[in-house]
Amino acid sequence: MDSTILLAAEGLSRYYSEHCAVDSLNLHLQKGEVLGLLGPNGAGKSTTMQMLTGNLAPTTGSIQINGIDLLDEPRSAKRHLGYLPEQPPVYRDLTVNEYLDYCAKLHGMRGAERTQAIGLACERCSLTEVQSRLIANLSKGYKQRVGIAQAILHNPAVVILDEPTVGLDPLQIREIRKLIRELGQEHSVILSTHILPEVQAVCDRVQILNRGRTVFNDSLAGVDSLEKIFFELVYQEDPALADSESENPA
Amino acid sequence: MKMIWTIATTEFRRMFNSPLAWSILAVVQFILAWVFLLGLNEYVTQIQPAMAGRENAPGLSDLVVSALYLWAGVIMLAVMPILTMRLFAEERMNQTLPLLTTAPISISQIVLGKYLGLLLLIITMIAMLSLMPASLSLGTDLDWGKLAAAILGLFLLLASFAAAGLFLSALTRQPIIAAVSTFGLLLFLMVLYISGNSQGSGSQLFIYLSHFGHFLSFLEGLFDSSDLVYYLLFIASFLLLTIRKLDNERLQR
Repeated sequence: MDSTILLAAEGLSRYYSEHCAVDSLNLHLQKGEVLGLLGPNGAGKSTTMQMLTGNLAPTTGSIQINGIDLLDEPRSAKRHLGYLPEQPPVYRDLTVNEYLDYCAKLHGMRGAERTQAIGLACERCSLTEVQSRLIANLSKGYKQRVGIAQAILHNPAVVILDEPTVGLDPLQIREIRKLIRELGQEHSVILSTHILPEVQAVCDRVQILNRGRTVFNDSLAGVDSLEKIFFELVYQEDPALADSESENPA
Repeated sequence: MKMIWTIATTEFRRMFNSPLAWSILAVVQFILAWVFLLGLNEYVTQIQPAMAGRENAPGLSDLVVSALYLWAGVIMLAVMPILTMRLFAEERMNQTLPLLTTAPISISQIVLGKYLGLLLLIITMIAMLSLMPASLSLGTDLDWGKLAAAILGLFLLLASFAAAGLFLSALTRQPIIAAVSTFGLLLFLMVLYISGNSQGSGSQLFIYLSHFGHFLSFLEGLFDSSDLVYYLLFIASFLLLTIRKLDNERLQR
């Protein structure tokens, strides 16, 4: 495995007035690595991903994407970034082709390069058959795939996917997992999900967040039950949660 | 600049993908055509015979053309909020804004792109509307200077409506709220003009602040650079406020 660091976030903190959503988080992503970002609801996953994609400014800390500082040079750093938010950001009144063409233009791709990129992304997300259909008429699963196509269209170094397999049928889930593994070979992928088996199926490394802090950050080799680790860390070893445990038993 | 154009043309095309732009263009054109024919009929049957032989009588351009553009301005006061409400509020509601904010473009490019897209629609509308007075030149001599001033005035007025609507659309995630508040603001500026002209409590300041006062002088065929500056300042401040608002969202506390 290549050891180039494609994404490095150091000492990332985010406060919403007094409330601390993310507390001095370090996150590193090597080339060819698929990182699973886990955590219970409200652990700071979404905030972290919003910060990594430049949609939210961190209170403190720095983010480097492919060696470019996201906060100093957002426009050049974002060139190396593909993001699928929880809701795929698709325009319902465009066809798949028109939509992807727009996305490619936003990333500054020209003529032949654009056509080629759209063709490749459609092929990878198995969208070729629906390319000329209106996005509004597509099923949830297809919309999700259009969202993924949009994220990988410009061949970014870092791909950030927020719950990419929600709403897909089992066959599509398998295809998307295969796609994520493929992406993980040339790119780096951050995958946020609640589905633990999915993490075990596709991720090389797992970072578990709880209450805005990293509680686990290790490779998955030698871990036989991720579920066990998850529950232990989130519900038992965290002193902050121990006293509230009686109210919400795991 | 290229990015702004990309966003603008896509926005413009998307407006025509839904029935929205088509129906608005059709309805506005229909009503204004009615107003135009009504004015023209009145002019031909009543005013023209009465004015015959007088010196310096008001002509077709003064009576029919100005009235048409005044009506267009008043109708668009109600229509523009419907066009502007979708710009950011709808993107928020559908959660599509991250597409633009994650792309390698700046907030100013997004705002200017969306604004320019709406200006393209405004230009289309004004072009369609101006065909009607222009058709009069087949049968009579038009005061082209006056027509040009009216077109420029209407364009500036609608551009200022659009800038205000764009800002209010950026404030909320409910398109309806954006539409209602835009309508309220535009109406308020018109009421300001009326109250500025009211007897006893009238104030020149109110007239100056209202965008309608500046529009009327364009309709009289008067091109005053201070009116132009008023509109440019109005538009620039609302665009800047929109950019600031969206930038602040990233920094929200």
